[in-house]
Amino acid sequence: MIALLIRDLRLAMRAGGGFGLGLAFFLLVAVLVPLGVGPEGSTLAKIAPGILWVGALLACLLSLDRIFALDFEDGSLDLLATAPMPLEGVVAVKAFAHWLVTGLPLTLVAPVLGLLLNLPGAGYGWLVASLALGTPALSVIGAFGAALTVGLKRGGLLLSLLVLPLYVPTLIFGAEVVKRGAEGQAVSTPLLLLAGITAGAAALLPFASAAAIRVNLR
Amino acid sequence: MSIWEYANPKKFMQTSAWALPWFTGLAVLSMLVGLIWGFFFTPDDYKQGSTVKIIFLHVPAAMLAINAWLMMLVTSLIWLIRRHHVSALAAKAAAPIGLTFTLIALVTGAIWGQPMWGTWWAWDPRLTSFLILFLFYLGYIALWQAIDNPDTAADLTSVLCIVGSVFAVLSRYAVNFWNQGLHQGASLSLDKEEHVSDVFYFPLLVCIGGFIALFVALVLLRTRTEIRSRRLQALLTRERGTA
Amino acid sequence: MELRVTNLACARGGLTVLEGVSFTLRPGHALVLRGPNGIGKTTALRTLCGLQPALAGEVSVPPESMAYAAHADGLKATLTVTENLAFWAAVYGTDLVEDALQRMNLDALRDRMAANLSAGQKRRLGLARLLVTGRPIWVLDEPTVSLDAASVALFAGVIRAHLAAGGMALIATHIDLGLDEAEILDLGPFKARSPRDGGPASAFDEAFT
Repeated sequence: MIALLIRDLRLAMRAGGGFGLGLAFFLLVAVLVPLGVGPEGSTLAKIAPGILWVGALLACLLSLDRIFALDFEDGSLDLLATAPMPLEGVVAVKAFAHWLVTGLPLTLVAPVLGLLLNLPGAGYGWLVASLALGTPALSVIGAFGAALTVGLKRGGLLLSLLVLPLYVPTLIFGAEVVKRGAEGQAVSTPLLLLAGITAGAAALLPFASAAAIRVNLR
Repeated sequence: MSIWEYANPKKFMQTSAWALPWFTGLAVLSMLVGLIWGFFFTPDDYKQGSTVKIIFLHVPAAMLAINAWLMMLVTSLIWLIRRHHVSALAAKAAAPIGLTFTLIALVTGAIWGQPMWGTWWAWDPRLTSFLILFLFYLGYIALWQAIDNPDTAADLTSVLCIVGSVFAVLSRYAVNFWNQGLHQGASLSLDKEEHVSDVFYFPLLVCIGGFIALFVALVLLRTRTEIRSRRLQALLTRERGTA
Repeated sequence: MELRVTNLACARGGLTVLEGVSFTLRPGHALVLRGPNGIGKTTALRTLCGLQPALAGEVSVPPESMAYAAHADGLKATLTVTENLAFWAAVYGTDLVEDALQRMNLDALRDRMAANLSAGQKRRLGLARLLVTGRPIWVLDEPTVSLDAASVALFAGVIRAHLAAGGMALIATHIDLGLDEAEILDLGPFKARSPRDGGPASAFDEAFT
């Protein structure tokens, strides 16, 4: 399991891994939105939580199809499926690796982008907290979508169509945490619900993803 | 005799051939009665005027939009557990019908909302939930269409249906939570059940019955088509195999 | 332990391709599956390895005893030869990387990226993975593709050593590996039969009868 994690991280870091694309996309969203909405600070401050969460979500979406597609094409997925570790574990580890190279960096640079979007001072801590709690769910749910579409050519668009509706609860609770935090309200309810979704998704979805991969390999 | 006998394509074709005209007739009859009764023989609402009468389309469509998904969930589970092809095909057949009912519910909701709320669209929790349900239907249908092998498609869409159901319920609660967070004491929600008086209630029941019969008839018809097309595929494949 | 396959039937893309495949493989022996393209050799091997369900039949040994080498080698272009092998060794919990490098004559290439290997060298690396699995039954699908004569002989030697150590090998190939001791199973062409002639019935066959 650890070997698989290290391999996936190594592949992401080396040339051609696409590492950093998501970050660049996230930055672009934070730059383009003020250009479209106007420079007024109070407007930006109001929409900053939503923009940052939607941006993180779309940035995460960019790299989802790589979770399994590369391993499927070069035959590794067949070999992993016959290897002495449960496919559910393989899915969970690969989703975790995806989070380490997309969700975690997004979480870390989000405060800088919050600055660009004039996020109120009280919101920064909650921005980081909500992304840290919520982005793992994005990776796990995304891995499920990637598992469903792994055998398909040009599955990328379909993957977005399947995964984005599943992101709705995470997005709502995540953005709500930041919004309430920025306004100085109590955040514990949405924060707990967000954590609940992440925990539930991480515990249960690998089983559905592994089932989907088995179907796609046969 | 067990209910599973109907899962045999042959038995299903026989039974559905018999049942289809009955459900079609029932649907036409009760929708005619219900809609004419509702549109022409009920009084105008003291607040909403005759606009309220769109309720006879809106409520049954909305009910079936949700129940079609529930039916897909049940038939998907039956396919995964018992591997009855008819069950998977019934789920496939129901999806576009559910999508259409969702669309009808959204459009009639907008038409109703315009004179009532002064806007075609409000991010009311119910409307928003239906919009999200619409997206779930789209994804489910798109997955069916993207996969060539019918058994693979049935397996994957079934898994998606189950996971989607959980997330649809989560989304419903999330949307409720989200809207309360926006406007305190939601001003735009419609408490239909509380406001519907008996004059509207009975024709509404007839309409709902008609919509249900329509749904059953459409599902039967579409499932029969799917079975025929699978049969055709089986014959073509065999011919190619023996040639 | 012996591998006993009884009346195996398997399908590809919903169409039955093989029926009634039976054989027995004892430790120290190899079996070569032969037959024209499309006969279902790959499908049979994937079924044995548990990648797809069998339509019918029994396999006496669970897929956990088998090491599968498919057409695709599962190599990562941006990892070195050693890193590629070390990953699989870690997955299978063995420390046979050095041994595998030596025996597949990859020692000189150990720090080279897999992207910079020739087709034959990639194939040798893919086959070296079998050695680090430590599993007794090797299931090989066209193992000699893109190997030169010397490499074929090298690999035949590796198989012989594996058999001598009590292992087994199931090989689908057109090319003579020079394994004279291997038994040969010729897969006959499968004719799809209608259910009325005793062929397998699909759920949709009786829908309109």
